[in-house]
Amino acid sequence: MAKTIVVTSGKGGVGKTTSTAAIGAGLAKRGHKTVVIDFDVGLRNLDLIMGCERRVVFDLINVIQGDAKLKQALVTDRRLDTLSVLPTSQTRDKDALTPEGVEKVLAELKEEFDYIICDSPAGIERGAHLAMYYADEAIVVTNPEVSSVRDSDRVLGLLNSKTLRAEKGDGDPVKAHLLLTRYDTDRVARGEMMPIDDVLEILAIPLLGIIPESTTVLRASNVGMPVVMDEKSNAGRAYEDAVSRLIGEQLEMRIQPEERPGLFRRFLGRRT
Amino acid sequence: MFSFFRQKPRRSDSAAAAKERLQILLAHDRSDRAREDLLPLLQRDILEVVKRHMRVESDAVEIKLERGDDMSSLEINIEVPDTQPRHAG
Repeated sequence: MAKTIVVTSGKGGVGKTTSTAAIGAGLAKRGHKTVVIDFDVGLRNLDLIMGCERRVVFDLINVIQGDAKLKQALVTDRRLDTLSVLPTSQTRDKDALTPEGVEKVLAELKEEFDYIICDSPAGIERGAHLAMYYADEAIVVTNPEVSSVRDSDRVLGLLNSKTLRAEKGDGDPVKAHLLLTRYDTDRVARGEMMPIDDVLEILAIPLLGIIPESTTVLRASNVGMPVVMDEKSNAGRAYEDAVSRLIGEQLEMRIQPEERPGLFRRFLGRRT
Repeated sequence: MFSFFRQKPRRSDSAAAAKERLQILLAHDRSDRAREDLLPLLQRDILEVVKRHMRVESDAVEIKLERGDDMSSLEINIEVPDTQPRHAG
């Protein structure tokens, strides 16, 4: 049975697209057939983070409007054949996204894939609404920072009221997971950043993972590689842990240590 | 002995302030959201019940919910016309 998972946050810039790419690639690495979909119509970026931007021909909007077949719009990853990307339009308006269109595309994807990961745009308007509407589960990406936590709480309210599962009201509600990103243990120790427990106490949903603030995230995006493909990266390992929990493995919560440069390299002035 | 190291003075404790502000703010946010959904539904249902027994205008019901620290009050005002009930006798 295919699972539809939305990656959402309300606030922009917290790491939704990075997390979509990393979790999608993490699932695919384990052999699950996975597709990641960009719902940010007009501000296409998932293709860039996935490193397939030059292979995009058709997009989600073309499929919804009947100008292309779904198979023509799907881009298969060059590194993992179990991973596909469904990009969005860079030029169209977000009104091109319709509930019927999205429903039809998702139904077709469900026949082919095990996991459908929907990358929500920031905000709570049409694109964000439709990205979450058909979801079975939600990954709420949050930074330990006041505006991000507040927006996440707002999004949790929407997941509980403005989704198909909430409206039907008979089955299970959308299962929400918290993904805490850009976590900096040094700043927490100095009392400058809210610790994990405080954020958990406020949002009161299960924790999927803690992604440490890491220089590898920017490096991975520079070259268009989902961060889990960098095996030495602490953020990559943290995403791997989150993927394990997402598929139901019991794994102790841990904060992956930062890769500190060795003494020798530090002595040479971190030139590498 | 060790407490000297443990109680190393924190340079700031703005994180604690963040948590406290969020807890207060989100309590308000959440009840505002609940109220937003509740009041129109309550108004519709009350009007429906009252209409079963007397003739009132659709905009004759006014509902206010006020939240205080210790208690909240729900105020319902229904403007009733001077005529007799519909099913008198």
